[in-house]
Amino acid sequence: MREITYRQALNEALAEELERDPNVFLMGEEVAEYHGAYKVSQGLLERFGPKRVIDTPISENGFAGLGVGAAMVGLRPIIEFMTSSFSLVAFDQVVNNAPNMFMMSGGQFNIPITFRGPNGPAHQLAATHSHATENLYASVPGLKVCTPATPRDAKGLLKTAVRDDNPVIVLEAELLYSSKGMVEPPDEELLVPLGKAEVKREGSDVSVICYAQTVPLALAAAQQLEDEDISTEIVDLRSIKPLDEKAIFDSVAKTHRAVIVEQDRPFCGVGAEVCYRIQKNIFDALDAPIQRVSQEDVPMPYNERLEKFVLPNADKLISAVKKVCYA
Amino acid sequence: MQRDDQRDEVEMLALMLLIRRFEERASQQYQARKIGGFCHLYIGQEAVAVGAVAATRSDDYIITAYRDHGHALARGTSAGACMAELFGKETGCSRGLGGSMHFFDKTNHMYGGHAIVGAHVPLAAGMAFASKYRSEDRVTLCFFGDGAINQGSFHEALNLIALYKLPVILICENNLFAMGTSVKRSTSVKQIVDRAEGYDIPGDIIDGMNFREVRDKLAEIIGSIRKDSHPAFVEVRTYRYRGHSMSDPASYRTKEELEKYRLDDPIIRLRAQLTREGKLTNEEFDGIDKKAKETVLAAVKFAEQSPELPVERVYDYVCIDGAKP
Repeated sequence: MREITYRQALNEALAEELERDPNVFLMGEEVAEYHGAYKVSQGLLERFGPKRVIDTPISENGFAGLGVGAAMVGLRPIIEFMTSSFSLVAFDQVVNNAPNMFMMSGGQFNIPITFRGPNGPAHQLAATHSHATENLYASVPGLKVCTPATPRDAKGLLKTAVRDDNPVIVLEAELLYSSKGMVEPPDEELLVPLGKAEVKREGSDVSVICYAQTVPLALAAAQQLEDEDISTEIVDLRSIKPLDEKAIFDSVAKTHRAVIVEQDRPFCGVGAEVCYRIQKNIFDALDAPIQRVSQEDVPMPYNERLEKFVLPNADKLISAVKKVCYA
Repeated sequence: MQRDDQRDEVEMLALMLLIRRFEERASQQYQARKIGGFCHLYIGQEAVAVGAVAATRSDDYIITAYRDHGHALARGTSAGACMAELFGKETGCSRGLGGSMHFFDKTNHMYGGHAIVGAHVPLAAGMAFASKYRSEDRVTLCFFGDGAINQGSFHEALNLIALYKLPVILICENNLFAMGTSVKRSTSVKQIVDRAEGYDIPGDIIDGMNFREVRDKLAEIIGSIRKDSHPAFVEVRTYRYRGHSMSDPASYRTKEELEKYRLDDPIIRLRAQLTREGKLTNEEFDGIDKKAKETVLAAVKFAEQSPELPVERVYDYVCIDGAKP
């Protein structure tokens, strides 16, 4: 194991998959000559050439659709959106074409495509650039959605996504691009399965269910709660869809209390689904009503103080944990 | 490329007749409520799909919009599989899961049947991108209606197709109406083909009621694309005799206009050409028509007798690996 950044981990995943399979190509705005708006594709053009690392015009609906068409005839495109907020411009291709094709064609055309890019609020980018899209995409049948929080998961999930024979959207976390973590050496194949959560910290009093940016947030809160004698278990979903129900139920059945902390919005958010499934399946295991921490239900304001107010944070999480613990 | 061959042209006429008779029967079955959803008929436009197919190689890619019955039949999808699809049966070309607007046939390189207007033009770009990526000389034929040319996806795709010099023929089947809105009320340019100029894509106008012109002009363009990958745009002027869909009485146009086009019917025209040249007798034509009608009746019977997909199998068509939410 060695320590690398989330950005390097993604870069390694892309390079390894481009190297492994000649049908894989990377396409998006600024991915080639500029090396990626966030430098995720650094060095890939030089290594794999302009046939396989392709710059596009600012034309998300066009190049996302090009990817779907290429996938229909057997290529395995990786389509980068500069941010998932821009994927909304390509919503028709991501939602209507990629995941519907298999059903519509009676099983003749599966679409082995990976859509990827940073997702969720970053820092003072205001309403149009701060969308957390995981709940939108997770509500579409046929689309798999994963949300890595660590460099190891970023690499392993992206590699798995590229090899998946269905459309997968990898929602990365811009604010975590420079964060570091331990990852297997490059000569060791690292594949993290889709639909498998991971307990990032064991605890006995309360389960905090989180993903992507809210994982480091939850880990920091858990440290503070430890000082107040509350033992927190951190369940990182890693994939929103398929959802690892078993990991959630196992943890909550042990702690009897659950808080879901998500970076999307409260109305029809990921936490609403998780909450529903917990109460439906293991109602008797609960000692307190489930709490959710999410964004406020408003378009994202630019003002820094207001943005902080809108976002989930450790204080909000700690207060929710105390509520379910009656502490 | 074999062209102007007597046998071929008679075969192509038979294919046009099969489409005509298929659509007439589909219309009747729709009214009898055997067919659900939306149903858009291709009657009047047969020379476009058949002329295009006559100009292609069987492994060229074909993709179209929702008025897709003619393209599938022209490409070789059986009338039975097409009718069964309309009936929602498991033996349909999309297992009864796509319906009228989503005919797919991988074996015959028919890539749908796409019902969001303009949304399949980027897909055509991707298919052609793949051909170029693999250094294959396949050509992608992308059909769409005059209604598609004002969609963002169409414009984005044309730019990408031109930018990457992709082997695509963009075939606009201009039947003068996007649903009930005439081209004159929807489109800023005088001629649809002028749209191509904005992307530096060579454009041409083709008489879509003339099978030979469709075939010959497309064959020439396809030959040029095969030699050296590039895009092309053709505006094929045609006419649909029926409304936009089965529920549309087409009251936005006059009887006189419809009659004018009926006199220029593509089937009558090719028949007259062949008869005049001594390549087809009236008896032979009647025989071909009789056979088309019989084929379609057999298709209806096949569709009626075919099973539906069992409900519990619906989850098999979400993800190819059977992944559950």
